[in-house]
Amino acid sequence: MLSGCANSGGSSGGGEESGGAKNQLPAQDSIEVPQDAAKAAGDGKGKCESGTSIAYVGALTGPNAQLGINIVNGVQTALNEHNDANPDCKIELKKFDTEGDPAKATGPSAQAVKEDKIIGVVGLPFSGESKATGKIFEDAGLVHITPAATNPELTQNGWKTFFRGLGNDTVQGPALAKLTEKVGSSKVCLVQDDSDYGMGLAKQVKSALGDKLACEDKVTTGQKDFGPTAQKVTDAKADAVIYSGYYAEGAPFDNQLSNQGFEGVFIGPDGVKDTEFVKQAGSAASNAYYTCACVPGDLIKDFSDAYEKVSNGTAPGTYSVEGYDTATVLMAGIDSGIKDRKKLEEWVKDYDKPGYGKTYKWDDKGELTDKTVYGYKTDGDKIVSVGKID
Amino acid sequence: MSGDWITFDLGRLVDSFWSTTLDGLTLGAIYALVALGYTLVYGVLNLINFAHSEVFIAGAFAVVFVLSGLGFGPSAPHMSLGLLILDIALAMIAAMLVSAGTALVVERVAYKPLRDKGAPRLAFLISAIGMSFVIQYLFFVWRGPSAEPNRTMYRPKPIFDVFGVIINSQQLTIIIAAVVMMVCVDQLVRRTKLGRGIRAVAQDPDTATLMGVNKERIIMATFMIGGALAGAAAVFYVMRVPAGVFYMGGFILGIKAFAAAVLGGIGNIRGALLGGLLIGLIGNYGATVLGDSQWTDVVIFVVLVVVLMVRPNGILGSNLGKVRA
Repeated sequence: MLSGCANSGGSSGGGEESGGAKNQLPAQDSIEVPQDAAKAAGDGKGKCESGTSIAYVGALTGPNAQLGINIVNGVQTALNEHNDANPDCKIELKKFDTEGDPAKATGPSAQAVKEDKIIGVVGLPFSGESKATGKIFEDAGLVHITPAATNPELTQNGWKTFFRGLGNDTVQGPALAKLTEKVGSSKVCLVQDDSDYGMGLAKQVKSALGDKLACEDKVTTGQKDFGPTAQKVTDAKADAVIYSGYYAEGAPFDNQLSNQGFEGVFIGPDGVKDTEFVKQAGSAASNAYYTCACVPGDLIKDFSDAYEKVSNGTAPGTYSVEGYDTATVLMAGIDSGIKDRKKLEEWVKDYDKPGYGKTYKWDDKGELTDKTVYGYKTDGDKIVSVGKID
Repeated sequence: MSGDWITFDLGRLVDSFWSTTLDGLTLGAIYALVALGYTLVYGVLNLINFAHSEVFIAGAFAVVFVLSGLGFGPSAPHMSLGLLILDIALAMIAAMLVSAGTALVVERVAYKPLRDKGAPRLAFLISAIGMSFVIQYLFFVWRGPSAEPNRTMYRPKPIFDVFGVIINSQQLTIIIAAVVMMVCVDQLVRRTKLGRGIRAVAQDPDTATLMGVNKERIIMATFMIGGALAGAAAVFYVMRVPAGVFYMGGFILGIKAFAAAVLGGIGNIRGALLGGLLIGLIGNYGATVLGDSQWTDVVIFVVLVVVLMVRPNGILGSNLGKVRA
């Protein structure tokens, strides 16, 4: 240890540095939860056959595993609450790991649909893997609610079993553009990756930005060196960058941007909003804002307390509330006496109740009618909500 | 897909010509250092050492470990310049040793036994690819699939501002240090006794042996010099891409460096320098003209093919043995 002081600047530099953004958006410390929000416990009178199962299909390991873990812990929280409150209905949770990779997701999905006891699924979290597997669920008539996939085209395939538990990118794209307005930016660079998610979202952002778009670039998944892209942003003298992709590339990109002398704000969608992003980008992340059609679960006390028991003390993360809420929708159906996949699909289709985060009611394509998007920002080594974007 | 997937706009390149050029040269300098390893080994053994990209990434891992041990984190440290230079020098020494060591092990394990048995060329090629995978997956098993945590050495500061062209301290460090190293290697091969030995073995190994050159020692030295240069490149790579170190991290860079060696004329030291810088520039120019970074590799390899059609031996085209003192 030659230089203990090497890192004394540390990641504590967040907060006070305002960068090039003209407005700092204040952090929120609570959100309103509807009085009649549906809880997983139900009325405690649920009856079901033993062995009745729901499943989580999605990432548990792999480079973007954290998002999947947030979700599955939310599902587990709901399941525990339900099973504690309903002595005559103990629902089981089966987990299938896709690593979030479209190429690997078909195997676990095929396995899940083969198990007759599984009548409803939470998943899959990512757009690419959802696209790759939607037909498997459709053919098996197994209803699945994605708690996180936001690519708009997913509901254009005619799949009757596919439901989306959050607003899609036609909602998030304009919200990203809106956020640049809120922080007072006038010249925005849009950088997209090569995933279904990133490309689909970028299209929406681009049309919402209009003539504020100062430059554009496209990068690839797995890319590490973003020097030329960062150069482009500083050449364009932009005061904000929207990165349409995931944190694995977003973090090194933001880091190189700030090394290049960029002082504006970095805005990422839900794929970037992850504490891993803050960890990997270091002090560079202090300029970051995020959008997410997800509800800040850490600001809902009941939920956060219950969740931490499942997660060994980790606060709820991105899509934890959506994991809880979508599992609750499925389990409420089972409690109502539903025993087969077909009936559960109809149950979800006709469902209309508020959850912790938003109202769960779907249109005939499987899109949620509630279009809530929240804004977030980096605060020290955490990500905190700055409130709804509307 | 809409029709705007390709746009051609020279105006973009004119607007940002200097910044694109500087960035391209910085990248190119790193490619060139790695390319030297391919070129030296090819010059002496007529063998493409495909495991060289892993020699490079081993050095990059060493850099990350040393920096972590010295307390570097994802944010740029606050420390005196002297201490920073000392720390980076330590990282560089470690990286050069590790890379040179890895190169030596590759030589002894994968190539020497084949050479002793007089195996055909193809066997060396397969052995090289095999070694590359072995090292890659050793790192995979050891360090897992995700990148090592970001270690930022320093935050580059703009140094010169010439007519609106900003050169930052990182670009300057990398370009100057890399060019100095390459000049040293060039001089080493041209002027020293070891260099004469390398050239002799490259020209005619049997005659060189008869003249009293210890061929095995020369081969080992060649691998180690190439390895040490890859280690130095690894330091500059981590300097530029602090979060880029993972088990597959050397692969694409290695292929581009190999392309650089071929473009300049494989076996030719000055060719490696020229090829590296050109590959860096071509990639950046191409990406700027065509609109986005996803074009970089397409442009690089199209240009490579076109150049090889005109000059099959690369731009400078000679080989190591023909270099005269």
